[in-house]
Amino acid sequence: MSEDQVDRGRRHFLLVATTVTGVVGAGLTAVPFLASWKPSARARALGAPVDADVSKLELGAILKVTWRGQAIYVVRRTPEMLATLTTPAVVDHLRDPQSEESEQPGYAKNDSRALKPEFLVLVGVCTHLGCAPLDRFQPQDAELGATWPGGFYCPCHGSKFDLAGRVFKDVPAPTNLRVPPYRFLNDGVIQIGADAEAA
Amino acid sequence: MSATETTKGTRLGALVDWIDARFPMTRFMKEHASEYYAPKNFNFWYYFGSLALVVLVLQIVTGIFLTMNYKPSAEHAFASVEYIMRDVDWGWLIRYMHSTGASAFFIVVYLHMFRGIMYGSYKNPRELVWIFGMLIYLCLMAEAFFGYLLPWGNMSYWGAQVIVSLFGAIPGIGESLVEWIRGDYYISDITLNRFFALHVVALPIALIFLVIAHIFALHEVGSNNPDGVEIKKVKGPDGHPVDGIPFHPYYTVKDLVGFVAFAALFACVLFFAPEMGGYFLEHANFEPANALQTPEHIAPVWYFTPFYAILRAVPNKLLGVILMGVAVVSFFFLPWLDRAKVKSVRYRGWLYKAFLAAFAVSFLALGYLGLQPATPAFTNAARIFAVIYFAFFLLMPWYTRADQTKPVPERVTYDAH
Repeated sequence: MSEDQVDRGRRHFLLVATTVTGVVGAGLTAVPFLASWKPSARARALGAPVDADVSKLELGAILKVTWRGQAIYVVRRTPEMLATLTTPAVVDHLRDPQSEESEQPGYAKNDSRALKPEFLVLVGVCTHLGCAPLDRFQPQDAELGATWPGGFYCPCHGSKFDLAGRVFKDVPAPTNLRVPPYRFLNDGVIQIGADAEAA
Repeated sequence: MSATETTKGTRLGALVDWIDARFPMTRFMKEHASEYYAPKNFNFWYYFGSLALVVLVLQIVTGIFLTMNYKPSAEHAFASVEYIMRDVDWGWLIRYMHSTGASAFFIVVYLHMFRGIMYGSYKNPRELVWIFGMLIYLCLMAEAFFGYLLPWGNMSYWGAQVIVSLFGAIPGIGESLVEWIRGDYYISDITLNRFFALHVVALPIALIFLVIAHIFALHEVGSNNPDGVEIKKVKGPDGHPVDGIPFHPYYTVKDLVGFVAFAALFACVLFFAPEMGGYFLEHANFEPANALQTPEHIAPVWYFTPFYAILRAVPNKLLGVILMGVAVVSFFFLPWLDRAKVKSVRYRGWLYKAFLAAFAVSFLALGYLGLQPATPAFTNAARIFAVIYFAFFLLMPWYTRADQTKPVPERVTYDAH
């Protein structure tokens, strides 16, 4: 076949059509491989809700449970601890006092960031880079200075949070500590991982 | 292509001829060794390319032997590394070779990169050599990161936790991306298993391909040299550059000397200080991963600390992550940021030399600061050095043009010895 008999339009169409089909096919083939990286059925099952028995938790004490491999902090706050949450000395130094930019269920978006103010439930993972914040509930902590109202302190990069897990200004963490979904099964048991609305 | 003078007519010569008729063996050897003409004025800095290749081979060989006893599962990983250290004959040696090799790799590669910057080896026509090299560097960083999780020590765990959550800073998709990378809601057995696959299969393959591309691109354009003179411009009657000498035997022998010196230093670290006081193997990694307890002070291994210091110096998380990425990626743009007419630092003016020196100092200073706790004084120092670091790249189009360069000689400078 000589060159002048070549239908260039048809050749071009065939070239583009085959290329597009090939690329689409390759893209679709990639889907199962990429999707295999998502949490597997077993991982999802192991991520099911856990129960925390808080009936014996003393006032001012912290209980740590594990949910989805993360530490969940449950703190039974004293009236004095709750009082610090609304004092201007604390609130004026918070980056996000109303929890506008932070992650929490709707029922925990209040001053105490809790369903019941007495019980604080937090994900014990710093919102900066995922370290575990330490509980430093004692006001005027020796290391954290005379103005320290009590709260959480991250040893990795120095982020500070108040007794509702709200982040202070001028620290690396951008938002308040996360509140996981949780609900009270009864007065003494908190289920972490299930929403209160669903109860 | 045919057998060489010495083997012509012999049985060996016949075998070579037989192969060459079927596979380009002799041609390949000539193109890349015995007839690859490299500038005759290579100095000390030119050891690090071949040393990087040596360390790559070391890492691959020791790595293969480690996989024979290592178990990539959250339950068994830590214990299997201890098993290699205590119960496998010579296991400690193979493992320390691999862990020391990781740090040695970065030392050699950083010196190799600095050589390239100093002598303008990234400039036209070697842009692709540089870009392949930078891709190798990225691959190497990924290798080091994935490999560091495998011993499943507490620093492995929290290091991975910190680095993976960097992706969480991306608005919108961040959290689901992090979940996708981990394959779980936290760094788990699943994460360890996939990091193992990437560390021992996917990335080494990519690395080998990139190294081949790096060397092929180099041999296509020819090596640069401390004078930044193109030796191909002046060719002798035989068609070879008059300032070039065959890579083999001249530079194979020279590099062998470099290798012996390197091997001696490497052995000193390997046998007398394999942990290097906590810099090559961090102390917190001698206890198993614990998801509920962060080590007192999280610092990456030394070769990542310049970038880690930049990350910490920025008070905003997303911006910090972006700047850290930019700090690495900036190197890719060097061929186009540098507007100077000369390549080598030898013929540049004081302006460029000052910027280059300030850059080298800030890289080292950031590396030091990244190892220290983030106190306000250290953070402020890191901010200053980060500004200098970025100024080196951002102001390069200006200062390389404004710089008073010296005339470049027609041929390389060389003192016979």
